[in-house]
Amino acid sequence: MGSNRRQGEAQGERLMADQRRELNRRDFVKTAGAITGAAVIGVPAASEAKNSSPHRVSMNIRINGKPHSLVVDARLTLLDLLRETVGLTGTKKGCDHGQCGACTVLVNGRRINSCLSLALSNDGHTITTIEGLAEGDQLHPLQSAFIECDGFQCGYCTPGQICSAVGMLREAAVERAELTDDEIRERMSGNICRCGAYPGIVEAIQTVYHQSQGNDIPASGRD
Amino acid sequence: MFPFEYDRPTQQEKVIDALSHSNRTKILAGGTNLVDLMKNGVEQPERLVDINRLDLTTIAQLDDGGVRLGALAHNSDTANHPLIRERYPLLSQAILSGASPQLRNMATNGGNLLQRTRCYYFTDSGFPQCNKRLPGSGCGAIEGFNRIHAILGGSSQCVATHPSDMCVALAALDATVRVQSSKGVRTIEFPNFHRLPGDTPRLDTNLEPDELILSIDLPPSRFASHSHYLKIRDRASYAFALVSVAAALEMDDEKIRTARIALGGVAHKPWRATEVEKELVGRRAERTLFELAARLAVRDARPLNHNMFKVELVPHAIVRALSLAGGVA
Amino acid sequence: MNRVDGRLKVTGAARFTAEFTPPNTAYGVILQSTIAHGRIGRMDVGKAEHADGVLGVITPRNAPKLPGAESRISILQNSNVEYNNQPIGVVVAESYEQAVHAAALIKVRYDFLPSKLDFQSGFVRGYPGTHNGEPGDLAFGDIDEGLSHAEVRIDQVYRTPIMHHNPMEPHASVAQWDGDRLTIHDTTQNISGHKQKLAAIFGIPAENVHVVSVFLGGGFGCKGEVWSHSVLAAMAARYVRRPVKLVLDRPQMFGPVGARPQTYQHLTLGAGRDGKLTAIRHEVLAHTSYIEDYLESSAFPTRVMYACPNVSTMHRLVQLNLGTPTYARAPGVATGTYAIEVAMDELAYALRMDPLALRQANYAEVDPHSKLPFTGKHLDECYSRGADRFGWSKRNPEPGSMREESSGLRIGWGMATETYPANRRPASALVRMKPDGRVLVACGTHEIGGGTYSMLAQVAAETLGISADRIDVQLGDTLLPEAPISAGSMTAASVTPAVQAAATQLKAKLQGRSANPNDAVEAEAKVAPDEMLKQKASPHSFGAVFAEVAVDPELGTVKVRRIVAVYDVGRVINEQTGRSQFIGGIVWGISLALHENTLVDARTGRVANGNLSEYHVPVNADIGEIDVSALNIPDMVFNSVGARGIGEIGITGTAAAISNAVFHATGIRVRDLPITLDKLNTHQQSR
Repeated sequence: MGSNRRQGEAQGERLMADQRRELNRRDFVKTAGAITGAAVIGVPAASEAKNSSPHRVSMNIRINGKPHSLVVDARLTLLDLLRETVGLTGTKKGCDHGQCGACTVLVNGRRINSCLSLALSNDGHTITTIEGLAEGDQLHPLQSAFIECDGFQCGYCTPGQICSAVGMLREAAVERAELTDDEIRERMSGNICRCGAYPGIVEAIQTVYHQSQGNDIPASGRD
Repeated sequence: MFPFEYDRPTQQEKVIDALSHSNRTKILAGGTNLVDLMKNGVEQPERLVDINRLDLTTIAQLDDGGVRLGALAHNSDTANHPLIRERYPLLSQAILSGASPQLRNMATNGGNLLQRTRCYYFTDSGFPQCNKRLPGSGCGAIEGFNRIHAILGGSSQCVATHPSDMCVALAALDATVRVQSSKGVRTIEFPNFHRLPGDTPRLDTNLEPDELILSIDLPPSRFASHSHYLKIRDRASYAFALVSVAAALEMDDEKIRTARIALGGVAHKPWRATEVEKELVGRRAERTLFELAARLAVRDARPLNHNMFKVELVPHAIVRALSLAGGVA
Repeated sequence: MNRVDGRLKVTGAARFTAEFTPPNTAYGVILQSTIAHGRIGRMDVGKAEHADGVLGVITPRNAPKLPGAESRISILQNSNVEYNNQPIGVVVAESYEQAVHAAALIKVRYDFLPSKLDFQSGFVRGYPGTHNGEPGDLAFGDIDEGLSHAEVRIDQVYRTPIMHHNPMEPHASVAQWDGDRLTIHDTTQNISGHKQKLAAIFGIPAENVHVVSVFLGGGFGCKGEVWSHSVLAAMAARYVRRPVKLVLDRPQMFGPVGARPQTYQHLTLGAGRDGKLTAIRHEVLAHTSYIEDYLESSAFPTRVMYACPNVSTMHRLVQLNLGTPTYARAPGVATGTYAIEVAMDELAYALRMDPLALRQANYAEVDPHSKLPFTGKHLDECYSRGADRFGWSKRNPEPGSMREESSGLRIGWGMATETYPANRRPASALVRMKPDGRVLVACGTHEIGGGTYSMLAQVAAETLGISADRIDVQLGDTLLPEAPISAGSMTAASVTPAVQAAATQLKAKLQGRSANPNDAVEAEAKVAPDEMLKQKASPHSFGAVFAEVAVDPELGTVKVRRIVAVYDVGRVINEQTGRSQFIGGIVWGISLALHENTLVDARTGRVANGNLSEYHVPVNADIGEIDVSALNIPDMVFNSVGARGIGEIGITGTAAAISNAVFHATGIRVRDLPITLDKLNTHQQSR
């Protein structure tokens, strides 16, 4: 009993330590089945040279400021590239059919549902995920606001909500739209929250919107 | 998904070539409908031609004063384009009421035209009956759940509806669709782009398998000051229309010179309510006229077990849309 | 205090089950049936087995026999099909894409059997059921006597649909064997139950099973049982001798992981002209599967809500060829309070009495059934505060009388009583002061969104008299001290007293030592509820909810503009997370009233809207203002922390408040949920 408990605590400590390490994560876990080329400086033009199977294609992509050269199954979605190939599990799979928004990331600065975007379609693109919003220990204003306003409960839809909010604030700035509560609700309706944290989400976004009036909202430190 | 070959050519000719080679080759633009259906196993292309490198994103004024919408321009960019907001607010409104912001950022104008029905029996390959997906297998909706299905233009083989909002506005605005094949470029008038199901429910549009959509062209704007897109759905956002109305009026003081009414959520294609339009022309824009005219839209409606409410809802919606378009109480 | 796990969640660092990928992980995908009832005649797996990357295809034909297999889940031990979408095979491959593709290559031929899908005709086939061991039939007083003395009667039927929980995180398992030791990351809100069950099914000692669930992306009741996919993941991992990650896709979650069953509820209320209830009869019919009984206990709240001397409650089950239902947020109470609180509103109108005054006239000072005092009840204050905050006194009771001039919208105001039983189970916790001065709190409980990490930190900090940011919390691991399922709103009520006790013991130990000990000092405590408590007092939470809706009279669309709710749940440990839980429950109540509906095709038994596009839950634009507050009066009779639990009470009563508001706005009484615009058009009623 005693040794089990100590084992459990060691396990538990490792889990929490794991999680703390995530915050400083720079290396990406490679999973079985994916071949990752060496990190490339700059983003060269994509080669369409096919690999051993006719359905695997090479591509280049920049994620949170880091370039990747990969050969992928043509069926791989951007979402699964992030979660399974490069190990950035912050972006979530909620429905895999573009019906919930949990997989929202920024591609070339715009918010999209990564589950319906084929990885190969993102050859040459720049991706910002939830892991790319903070600058070291300094959280993005939206991340801090979500904590202050309790804009989440279980946290599963949260990365998608925050990335969506980053994109939304940028869109609103370009459109010169006035963000009333109702406008925010409508513009964030592509992100479902089953825990019902909507009031907190709106409050968090309003907080940042008002703080930023007249300023640019940073997308990430490493676009 | 079934395995497929993937290409991303930079030249239009290559795309058209690929399309004419095989009918198991499909175009990938935004992917918001195609990738969804591929995951469901409803679409199983052997080859995907990603056309996102083609130069078809421009939105610009035409010589005749109209506007050309590039087929690859994103829905969101189209809706927010100054030319569209100013001159075709109806189109802007319609696009912005559809899907979600993320999907609108991905979806393209061409893809929006080609999106397929959301009928449950079509999208789920686990249902045995769907004449659209499996010709001859029957229609699951006619005796099944048909609350979201057609009341106009259906057939004994298919009662699916077209899910697009943008297309309803395009129908009201007399858009034309420019397409290219190896035979050259041709123009399709909007009412002829989408089909009724008839006994060929497998076919959604009159686009030939080897044709690529280049642009959607809008005639010079006539309805910028008096138009409204009304969408009625089961929740406040991120849902398909139960019924939608694109209403556009060209006014001579208080009299209606031209009227356009297109309906969504009621048929296999956006439905121009031409009988209503004719009734409105030359009359004063007022509620009593709207109420009388609106009834004409459903005169030939053939409701199903679960969608009879649309027969009442459509006239109410038309009246509401016209009132908002005409600035009438 | 902000959530202690907030930073992890907003940076994407909080890891959920499917995000654990041991080295050499293979991907499993489940194949599910497309018929409602029959036997698998033949499965052609050749193409699948030979497809790229495939490591194995497991079907009833070749699945290993499991020593402790339960028939309640579909783990390939036979060829029976009892519902459409039932698991009938597993494919394992090197990549997810390969597994999905291979599964699609499998051709199944079925031998059809007739299926039972018609709920309505099932009433005559109903049989009694129990809920958590409590009898479905219970009566006190004399119902016939009570009804005969009634001067006014309400007699109506209320219907609620099949609802699927649809947490944002799909069910997932990552299973890994080491000899006959199983480590499984799983989307479960019951790690200890999971461990016991998996051990029994695989015929291995319980200590050989290690279950981990450190963050759960929503449970709401559908992650409390061991479902097929967990066993299939473990089976697949053993079969291919590699760790297997198996994640359900959204359509696969309609059937095999539980649902709230539909109900048909017959309510009869009898009252005097003064509003005092003389009789309540609440009869419930709900469906279950052919595989296992689950009873939605809708009439249970009726036994405690009002001071009525004659109450009769009855539950009947009917079996259908559908997936087995399960507990869903406020099981029984969500659906039952809907029915009774609409019936009460109808009674108020029949009596020409204010709906709030009717509730107050029937206030139960003691538990109406047991006659015991409540452990703590301040519902009267909830009523008056809530009415005040809402502005209820300005209400004109005449339906359709409140109109918004500018828009033509009809405004409706409705209210309802909320209630939820206070539950508590034994729990253990460990608190350790480490040499570096940081404190570890360890407990085998779960974080499903209610703020467990924060509550454990907070209670330990308070007890030890230190700042919460010196505390590290571990949970969600069966190697930690055991705690109960996170369900029934019992997490806080069960585990915080354990943490409090352990911290108290630790404090005592520390007092006897020098200022800087070289070793860690720890204490572990197990606490259990007083078994005799329920003989002495009745533990329940209460609340009052008020809703304002705006209805478009021509189009029939309903918008919930604002909700005001006041709760008496004992102490609210963390104001921020507590508020979020109340709101979350209310959003579920809005969803129940207006949105959710599972459509089961009558011919095939297949769910037609098995996806998040057509199965509607509220989006951000559906939710207006929600004003929640709690009296925060500790209930020290219930436990030493004074907290009774928060997670579910928000959904109770809310659907009724909204329905009542819709009636107030339109004069139309819809008695089957969800209230969609077609139901408000009286000329074209569609079902």
